[in-house]
Amino acid sequence: MPANFMPTAQEYLRFAPESLLILVGVLLMILEPLSGPDGKRKFAVISFAALAASIGLAIAAGMDPGPAFSGLLMVDGFATFFRVLVLGVGMFTILISTNYLKLEGHESGEYYALLLFSIVGQCLMAASNDLIMLFIGLECSSIASYVLAGYLRDDKRNNESALKYFLLGSFATAFLLYGVAWIYGTTGTTNLSAIRAFLMDPAHHANMVVVGAATALMFVGFAFKVSAAPFQMWAPDVYQGAPAPITAFLSIGSKAAAFAMFVRVMMTAFEPVKERWEPLIWISALATMTIGNTAALRQSNLKRLLAYSSIAHAGYLMVALTAHSEIGTASMMFYLTAYALMSLGAFAIVVYVARKGERFVEIQDLAGLSQRQPLVAAMFAIFLLSFTGIPLTAGFFGKFYIFKAALDSNLIWLAVLGLLNSAVAAYYYLRLIVVMYMQPPPEGAEELLPPTIGIRVTMLVTAALTIALGIFPSFILDLAGKSAVFAR
Amino acid sequence: MNLLDILLILPAVGFLSTLLTPKDNPRLTRTWVLCISIITFLFSLLLIGPVLASPGRLALEGNSPWIEYPAIRYHVGLDGLSLWLVILSTFLTPIVTIVSWKYIQNRVREFYAFLLALLFGVLGVFIAQDLFLFFVFWEISLVPMYFLVGIWGHDKRIYAALKFFLYTMAGSALMLVAIIYLYNKSGTFDIPLLLDMMAKGRLLLSPTESLWLFLAFFLAFAIKVPLFPLHTWLPDAHGEAPTAGSVMLASVLLKLGTYGLIRICLPLFPGTARANAHWIIVLAIAGIIYGALVAMVQPNMKRLVAYSSVSHLGFVVLGIFTFTQVGLDGAVYQMLNHGISTGALFILVGMLYERRHSLEISDFGGVATAAPWLSTMFVITTLASVGLPLLNNFVGEFLILQAAVQVNFLYAAFAAVGVILSAVYMLWMVQRVFYGETPETVKHHMPDLSPREWAILVPLIALMVWMGVGSQSFLPPISANNAQLLQVMKQPAPPVTVLAAKESVHAR
Repeated sequence: MPANFMPTAQEYLRFAPESLLILVGVLLMILEPLSGPDGKRKFAVISFAALAASIGLAIAAGMDPGPAFSGLLMVDGFATFFRVLVLGVGMFTILISTNYLKLEGHESGEYYALLLFSIVGQCLMAASNDLIMLFIGLECSSIASYVLAGYLRDDKRNNESALKYFLLGSFATAFLLYGVAWIYGTTGTTNLSAIRAFLMDPAHHANMVVVGAATALMFVGFAFKVSAAPFQMWAPDVYQGAPAPITAFLSIGSKAAAFAMFVRVMMTAFEPVKERWEPLIWISALATMTIGNTAALRQSNLKRLLAYSSIAHAGYLMVALTAHSEIGTASMMFYLTAYALMSLGAFAIVVYVARKGERFVEIQDLAGLSQRQPLVAAMFAIFLLSFTGIPLTAGFFGKFYIFKAALDSNLIWLAVLGLLNSAVAAYYYLRLIVVMYMQPPPEGAEELLPPTIGIRVTMLVTAALTIALGIFPSFILDLAGKSAVFAR
Repeated sequence: MNLLDILLILPAVGFLSTLLTPKDNPRLTRTWVLCISIITFLFSLLLIGPVLASPGRLALEGNSPWIEYPAIRYHVGLDGLSLWLVILSTFLTPIVTIVSWKYIQNRVREFYAFLLALLFGVLGVFIAQDLFLFFVFWEISLVPMYFLVGIWGHDKRIYAALKFFLYTMAGSALMLVAIIYLYNKSGTFDIPLLLDMMAKGRLLLSPTESLWLFLAFFLAFAIKVPLFPLHTWLPDAHGEAPTAGSVMLASVLLKLGTYGLIRICLPLFPGTARANAHWIIVLAIAGIIYGALVAMVQPNMKRLVAYSSVSHLGFVVLGIFTFTQVGLDGAVYQMLNHGISTGALFILVGMLYERRHSLEISDFGGVATAAPWLSTMFVITTLASVGLPLLNNFVGEFLILQAAVQVNFLYAAFAAVGVILSAVYMLWMVQRVFYGETPETVKHHMPDLSPREWAILVPLIALMVWMGVGSQSFLPPISANNAQLLQVMKQPAPPVTVLAAKESVHAR
């Protein structure tokens, strides 16, 4: 590396989405104390516009793929795909947050600034090509989300959620960092491509025990972030306690970014030793989906149920990783897109049904929704059928491609058990439909006002896309297929 | 545009437009759905000509790409096997629309929308020639039925709806694995293409592979049929569903299972099907006798008819797995017969329910005095159901028993016990419900058939007689198709080495 290293303009352009968000985030922090209590709505508008602009910048950057900052970042198709995904998730999170914050009386610029910082971290996770950069991205995203999880600071559940998330998250990140240190000690580098080259080169005689241990340590960190067994314990408590829009954000955006880094590290740096980690992944995948689905069967709280369901979906996603092929990666990207759409829609509805103080988050609170708000119930039914994997929804093709990838790599038993798992999952998703459609509304229930514009837009757009992807999956799948090629 | 595309579009458009009808005018909704379903039925009659013109082959084929990777094609076609099943489905839809005219007063729009969605799903299954497309429609047909049972059913409807959904879902999970596995092996989902590859020896399955794939498909279909001992969802779903739901379930949805057996299990895995026929036939016969015995002791009329379905469908499976021309013809014909006569039974039981608000046999008695025409219709349907000559079921059961005798006399002997038992439980029910003393509660709540009910029953009874007397109006396309199927099953794979086969697959 030259001593007077100076990035080129091109490299700055590749970093433009993050730069913009950081600038806007700082700007929001400055504006926050200057604005009166009635002028908070503008922060939502500003951050929404900033995210939209970032999507444009991310796509522009993706037109000209390549590394940035001496290989710390790698802006390839994969990074662009995930950047756009997490930025889009951020936009929808803002849409479902605004009214929620107003109801809770906590509307402020900090919320949006933190959200933007967290998204910056997620973008970095998707694009980093170096373990140090990856760690910075991860921390940037996590620390902001620890705060967001406890954003309503007078609420006991929020506090519990934030504390749990923070303590366990730090612990897991420490494992990850320890693994990075071991890798650096063995290979002398933290660059993913360089690690790969080192492991591929038979001349180096890499000590497999050390490399294996390092991979395992890093796996702990990754598995925590994607909430995979046996490191999934935190997810239900944190998801249940956090403010509902943040639960959506954590279980969709953070998870997608975590999968991006997980896959990139496994598919580039550690691909040469894939025989060693592959069994680990599929055992964990099977355990994750089984635990998620069986635990979800017994939940009565809507947020907690969706938390377990999100664990189960992490299990399906890891199945795609075991295929360690471009098709496997592409199917994972497709599934994450589908999952993001249907979860966003579902959480928008949860935010809507919960109302002020999140008093209505029990499954029974949905009773008779089909008669009280037919459109909302119909949309929720679409999302639930998509979670279940019924044809003509995005979730069906997601599952189809993932289990096809598993069969491609001859993991027949994994595919069989995975699909049976999804039959188990059908039970708890259908139970929600039962409550909405087949039970009468409770006597003297509080009136349910029609959804606000933010919720309505989120719900309708995601439902339309869920169905569109369920009929024409090629649009995203082709894109994912083209983007699944890693620069190694 | 292909005729079959229009056939699929009609109910789909009906589904969407029904949802858009005004909420406070259920009469308009009903009329609109009746129009759409009658149009669909009349339209489906146009399909008879082309199919009769090309016996044993696919008519009206439409084949266009749907998804590029993996190569999924929208490949539809109609042959003698699916033709009558398609028409049965479109015929019953307007009938159940009229059946539900008075009974469904609550959330009318949704009810009829789901009914049309169901029609869309089952029509898709019957015309799909691509395994993936088949699976998609298979799953689609599940959802509306779940809502029909769950929202408009009787007391235990939720339990019944969930059970129905989960059973089928578990079966179809395995089927999906098998479908993908076949694709990975052959590179196509297309059923005719798969058969062609097998015939030319370009697709070779080892006996183990063949066995597992067969079982995966078979399980999915056997749950739907339902084959004993997988039938336990059926009495619940039938017993709890509203009349229209029971009719569609018994007459059409159950046929998806037996249809799948003939369309997929037999031609794709002929050797395995033959090797496993013995235990499948034993299960079928167990179902015939078990279903009949349990039906006999049911105090609830709907559940009684439901168990009789288990028994009747056992006959169909028995006929299929004899692998004879006569047996297969009988099986397909019996699928249609069961659709008509059991459908009619459910409708009649529903009419009794609307009058007396009870399904318990003990709440009735002497209905014949109070409502003679209703009783006459019921008795005719009962006689059809138990297989009286000149009525439809006789033809099917006779053909199946004849085939069973050819294969193994013991099969026929045991299956014939089922015929006798069916007469016992049906006639016993008729006796308890329609004859004897008329209690006061029945006397004053039992008006005779209304014009609307006449309109429902006359076409059904006419068909029972027509299918019993003029079976030759229906059988030729079925026979042609079955002859073709048996030909495919007989064909030994040409001796090609596994290596060469693999190469040719890669070359594709």
